[in-house]
Amino acid sequence: MDAQRVNLDGFAVPDPALGLVAMDAPADPVPSLVIADGRVIEMDGVTEADFDSIDAFITRHGLDLDVAAETMALTDTDFARLFVDPFTPRAEVIRLAAGATPAKLARVLALLRPAELTIAMTKLRARRTPSNQAHVTNRLDDPLLLAADAATAAAFGFREVETTVPVLADAPSNAVACLIGATVAAPGVLIQCSVEEAAELELGMRGLTSYAETVSLYGTEQVFTDGDDTPWSKAFLTSAYASRGMKMRVSSGAGAEVLMAGAEAKSMLYLESRCVALARAIGAQGVQNGGIDGASVAASVPSGLRELMAENVMVMARNLESCSGNDALMSESDMRRTSRTLPIVLAGSDFVFSGFGSIQRYDNMFGPSNFNAEDIDDFLAMQRDWGVDGGLRTVPPGRLLDLRREAAQVCADVYRYLGLADFSHVEEAADAAGSKDLGETDTLAVLGAAQAIRHRGLTVLDIVAALDECGYPEYAMRTLAFVQARLAGDYLQTSAIFDEQLSVLSLVTDPNDYAGPGTGYVPSPARQAEIDAIRQVRGVEDLRRSQSLLAVPGLLRPAGAASAGTSPRDVVIGVSPALGVDVWQCLSGLSVADVLREMLAGLEEEGCAGRVVRFTGTVDLGQIGLAAARLSGSGIAIGLQGKGTALIHRRDLAPLANLELYSVAPSVTLELYRLLGANAGRHAKGATPDPARNPYSDEAIEARYHTTVIALMELERARVVPGAAPVELSLEGLL
Amino acid sequence: MNDETRALSGRPVDGLTLDAVRAGDVGLADLRIHPETLERQAVIAEQYGNPQLAANLRRAAELTSLPDEEVLAVYEALRPGRSSAAELSALAGSLAARGLPLNAALVAEAAEVYARRGLSR
Repeated sequence: MDAQRVNLDGFAVPDPALGLVAMDAPADPVPSLVIADGRVIEMDGVTEADFDSIDAFITRHGLDLDVAAETMALTDTDFARLFVDPFTPRAEVIRLAAGATPAKLARVLALLRPAELTIAMTKLRARRTPSNQAHVTNRLDDPLLLAADAATAAAFGFREVETTVPVLADAPSNAVACLIGATVAAPGVLIQCSVEEAAELELGMRGLTSYAETVSLYGTEQVFTDGDDTPWSKAFLTSAYASRGMKMRVSSGAGAEVLMAGAEAKSMLYLESRCVALARAIGAQGVQNGGIDGASVAASVPSGLRELMAENVMVMARNLESCSGNDALMSESDMRRTSRTLPIVLAGSDFVFSGFGSIQRYDNMFGPSNFNAEDIDDFLAMQRDWGVDGGLRTVPPGRLLDLRREAAQVCADVYRYLGLADFSHVEEAADAAGSKDLGETDTLAVLGAAQAIRHRGLTVLDIVAALDECGYPEYAMRTLAFVQARLAGDYLQTSAIFDEQLSVLSLVTDPNDYAGPGTGYVPSPARQAEIDAIRQVRGVEDLRRSQSLLAVPGLLRPAGAASAGTSPRDVVIGVSPALGVDVWQCLSGLSVADVLREMLAGLEEEGCAGRVVRFTGTVDLGQIGLAAARLSGSGIAIGLQGKGTALIHRRDLAPLANLELYSVAPSVTLELYRLLGANAGRHAKGATPDPARNPYSDEAIEARYHTTVIALMELERARVVPGAAPVELSLEGLL
Repeated sequence: MNDETRALSGRPVDGLTLDAVRAGDVGLADLRIHPETLERQAVIAEQYGNPQLAANLRRAAELTSLPDEEVLAVYEALRPGRSSAAELSALAGSLAARGLPLNAALVAEAAEVYARRGLSR
């Protein structure tokens, strides 16, 4: 048990003094709000003269004082119930939450149990249609790989791509490469390059990026100031982004204050409640929270994952966009990290991940995400299993490679055309799983390209012109259409994304209307089909095709009606309707011909004569075996189905009884089939058989094979002719 | 998209065509959002229950008239320990005089709170 990966995780002794407590710390204030002459003179136990800068900003800008008295008069329980009550519309919770102080909202959220948080998230998120965000970075800032990986992300359905840099000066190049790559795969993907604020704003001003989210807020004044900002500087920055037409959300989340030894003995949820109230107060349209860099701090304390989800729901209750964490890898255990993410996938969020690592873990310059490139198939299966929309879709492997090659080629052409760099590793970048596959690259050339973009003041227009000149007018138009759409400003509204037709989906255009079962977001039939059709699905026709490729014509020719044997050494091998007709390979991967040869050889070893008879009246192996035994001169027979299940039967037994059964068809070997033949021979002679042991394994045999079994049985059933007489089969084809 | 949406330059958004780019006829101001667009979005934000987002978009509308360096300079001045209370008050005054009353009010408020909380220089 000690070797399980969960034991690599850190679990903390709860310690309120250090802020190591998820919710309801002893030092969390009792909610209070006193208003005099339209001015807040006390909030959460602090009087106006003692307001720190966070209190001051929230009380002046963040609360709806017209509704505050009504909200604060609600008991915590009554308010919490409104979050999950299907008869209370979202708008009513939003209206009341606008009047809640940070301490009030923290207490209310702490009352919601996990299933209630899931319902509350389903109901309160702003946008009806869930979506998802990807991280696209690499250790080398290699532009062609970034372009290919951004194309991959866009193809899988991510509507935001966030990049960052290991080398700060590379930022402009990363922004351009991701913009090009995403544009090749799908229109309207929002691009972010997370770097220092001034540099990030500059990229946005030039239209190379279109949103920002790493504008950090903290829950205590000391930590906020240590972060070199104040609520006023952040409020101004928020307006600065909007003034350049950029969408912006802030970042906060549990654990940040604890890690900086500045939690002031408050709970994580209370401190986060201050951040979220401040986010609303400064006019940000959304919040990235749910732990983020501190996710594993929250995960180290009791109810920590519940706290992370409560943070997201709190954002939604404040009528803001939720970018719901799940980005930092919070555990070494696959089960724990899945457990952390699953409820948010089930509920659906504006962004289920604030950074699904759509790249290799080692290439994620934000640090590994909770889900990464190798988890995409698992995530797609999770969506399908639960019938929910997590924002992603399957991409056929061939299509993916084409898009990656195209993205890398377009990026190389644009860099060359603009005189930024001369890269020729298009194929390598398209094929690479990650930067380790690229070998030695010219990182100085990347830096040179980035500096050229910066110093020459290149804008998205230069990219448009270059795309056009390089023979990609459709990508040029796609980029330009996006620029036009941004100028309309609709995507500055809460929870805005663009769909692939460049329509904005937001609180305004796509409001969440969940009000209990039968309401709210349901994937369109086309989208549902996309969710359901993962690339691993197989049907009966797929199996028929793959089996037919293995057909051996003439293997088992009919040789007339089967008759009863008379020799005491006569042993019939009864085979199922489709064996050697439509079914040529057993679940074990052995061919039906080899299986029959081994059985016949085993019989021969014991001095018995085997013959093969097809029973077309039934697919049931017990019936086939018994009918075969009744034709056998010895009264002993072997039954064999196409999937490889086999048994020894005797003519005086009940159909469902038998002498030996190989039930785990995928694991049966040639040696075991030979032994079955030999044992049938021993039964026929009255000698003592050497019973075979069924091979068992610790693999999920049923998960692997049941769908194939169902399809194989359908092939058998389709060949059934009720009441048909047994047919002798020639053994010539087996020689 | 509103049919009459214009860029900061005044160019109608639907005039932002590939032909115009090919002709070298599009500049940075054609990529910038117009203050009237931000005001229109502010009205919508208010209608959808977020007066704070509306206030932000209105401050942003004012900031469209400031060059990038000046925007970054105001941000820098508002960071902790960068400005004295008097400098912030003066900055507020200059923003007000240049027709940015909402941003001026934000800076004036910062001046007052920073002085009390020890966040000024």
